[in-house]
Amino acid sequence: MQVNTLHFKRTAVANLANPQLQRALQRLQERFVGTRAAVMTEIPDFEALRSVAAAIRQHTLERLDHYLEQFEREVTASGGHVHWAEDAAAAQRLVVAIARRHGVRTVVKSKSMVTEECAINEALEAAGLEVTETDLGEYILQLAHEPPSHIVAPVVHKNKEEVADLFARHHQRPRQQGIAELCREAREVLRPKFLAADMGISGANFLIAESGSALIVTNEGNGRLATTLPRVHLAITGIEKVVPSLDEVSILLRLLPRSATGQSITNYVSVMTGPRRAGDLDGPEHFHVILVDNGRSRLLGSELEPMLRCIRCGACMNHCPVYQNIGGHAYGWVYPGPMGSVLTPIFVGLAEARDLPNASTLCGACAEVCPVKIPLPDLLRDLRVRQVARHLRPWPERVALRLWTWCATHPRLYAFLAAVGARVLKRLGGTRGLIHRLPFAHGWTAGRDFPAPAGRTFRELYRARKAK
Amino acid sequence: MRVGLFVTCLVDLLRPRVGFDALRLLEATGAEVVVPETQTCCGQPGYNSGDLAAARTLAQKLLGEFRGCDYIVVPSGSCAAMLRVHYPRLFVGCPESAAFEQLAAQTYELTDFLVSVAHLQTMPGNFAGSVTYHDSCSGLRELHIKTQPRALLARMPGITLREMREPETCCGFGGTFAVKFGDISARLSDNKCTQAADSGAQAIVGGDLGCLLNIEGRLRRRGDHRTRVLHIAEILAGDAEDGSCK
Repeated sequence: MQVNTLHFKRTAVANLANPQLQRALQRLQERFVGTRAAVMTEIPDFEALRSVAAAIRQHTLERLDHYLEQFEREVTASGGHVHWAEDAAAAQRLVVAIARRHGVRTVVKSKSMVTEECAINEALEAAGLEVTETDLGEYILQLAHEPPSHIVAPVVHKNKEEVADLFARHHQRPRQQGIAELCREAREVLRPKFLAADMGISGANFLIAESGSALIVTNEGNGRLATTLPRVHLAITGIEKVVPSLDEVSILLRLLPRSATGQSITNYVSVMTGPRRAGDLDGPEHFHVILVDNGRSRLLGSELEPMLRCIRCGACMNHCPVYQNIGGHAYGWVYPGPMGSVLTPIFVGLAEARDLPNASTLCGACAEVCPVKIPLPDLLRDLRVRQVARHLRPWPERVALRLWTWCATHPRLYAFLAAVGARVLKRLGGTRGLIHRLPFAHGWTAGRDFPAPAGRTFRELYRARKAK
Repeated sequence: MRVGLFVTCLVDLLRPRVGFDALRLLEATGAEVVVPETQTCCGQPGYNSGDLAAARTLAQKLLGEFRGCDYIVVPSGSCAAMLRVHYPRLFVGCPESAAFEQLAAQTYELTDFLVSVAHLQTMPGNFAGSVTYHDSCSGLRELHIKTQPRALLARMPGITLREMREPETCCGFGGTFAVKFGDISARLSDNKCTQAADSGAQAIVGGDLGCLLNIEGRLRRRGDHRTRVLHIAEILAGDAEDGSCK
């Protein structure tokens, strides 16, 4: 997927002025924030449960090598194959090689963010294969040639009128109006694709080490068709998705759908172990798993390690006031919102994504809802520290901060400058006490006035009072 | 009981009456209040901008200035959280670690101190009218300031609290965020202004001057020159009719 992280501000400003998108974001907030809050009341002690979940994820990360090797052994024992991809390019080469080995011409995909991260569709198409996304949202985006704007609800930025236009144009059928009709039409178009596909590609929400299984949670049923009907099933996911056993999964599954969509459980929870065995009624003849590193292992043992606990529920973006107002495309790559502002700099580079760690008020709403207790504001701050250490912040900002700190460590000079500043600001405020334009702070005064001060600092007035 | 008042740089420069109202409240508790005159900034701008060295320098300066106090009280949730939550993190494994742990334990946000430590029952102020309370993020999520200001407001007979929708949603200030990402920040404050206006309250009240300046700035730009935007200290200790400096 193309990296557009350098255009964060420009896209954000455009999105703020897009009424259609603003309505869509409003709906997302109403739907996901409200239902999550309601469904969490089913859990007697959310805090206790998420502590357990965080501990499970942390434990797995601390013994990641052990659980990944166990996973590989179990997959092999059940007749499947595990492949290791150091980066996105390696994942692309592996996917194409697996397709070639099995004589694959057509591919159906269920939703997977890691395949977006690794640009798998582009690689398959370049190799001459036909790829069809089968998650309804992803299918719409494939027709529209647009990237997802949310990791759980990828097409949240579009309304049904746009989808109706898109379907009418691509399907060459009469334009449908209702959501149910549009869904039926997508189903009719996609069904032959499932039946004809040689290979199905899925992600994996969890990898279960003890049984060598890949687990996916879905709501549309496309995931089950894509992983059972074609001759080959290929699951692609990040190395951090492994968990020890089904016991741990059962705990994490209490939190994942609730945090993501406000559901107690998703419509489908599919656990896939190896290819079809003798006597099985269905299932693929070949089962492959590609485990993608792509920079993840670098985080182990670092300040950013807690990010690897992420189970991709999207609650952080649903609750982020910045995401709620600018939408996912502004973040410029696969992962938006707070988790994306941590992950994207890691994957595409701190310089390329220089706005993202700073595009947060550090309000903490994300960390409050995170089901695995990732301290997102702390991680964003840590990325800012790394940016400063690598001189990636603009020089006016660096100079301003240095000057501020220097003055603040010289109290007499500071008191003098503050007294001057208070008087200047008061004068700028005029009779109404409001400053409409401030040099060096256009970002503030473009959309707001600046309330002018009274003209004397606290320390001046306090000293005068004490002298009385 | 010796209480050190950390006024904060924003109050010092931009709204000194908040400092005097905080002082009046602390004096009403019967405490001996000291205001170290060399105090400046807690280091939050540097800390949140990735300059940890700057934050450490200012933390050490502040530690020295408040030595000998039983409590350090701050009329700002984010500055109080800086002392209480973030200073200790800056000195993990350093010789000063214990001193900063102690400073953290002694530091209180103003309303938290008045409710949890001083148990102040009668407020010196006489503000009357309807108010809506904005929960500033750092105070709310890092220090759990939620019930304290409301408990204090409830002890003032002339005050009616009208809660707005989403009082816990960020106003968009975020320190330097408000300047770096002005358009996004202004939208967030605009949302806050709408929610506050819908509450019908005569005044928007909060515990962090940064957020209040942000909200007031947007409110005035929208053309609302009537709704007052006040720090909680100005309500609890202020004179309702007095708009001047004390």
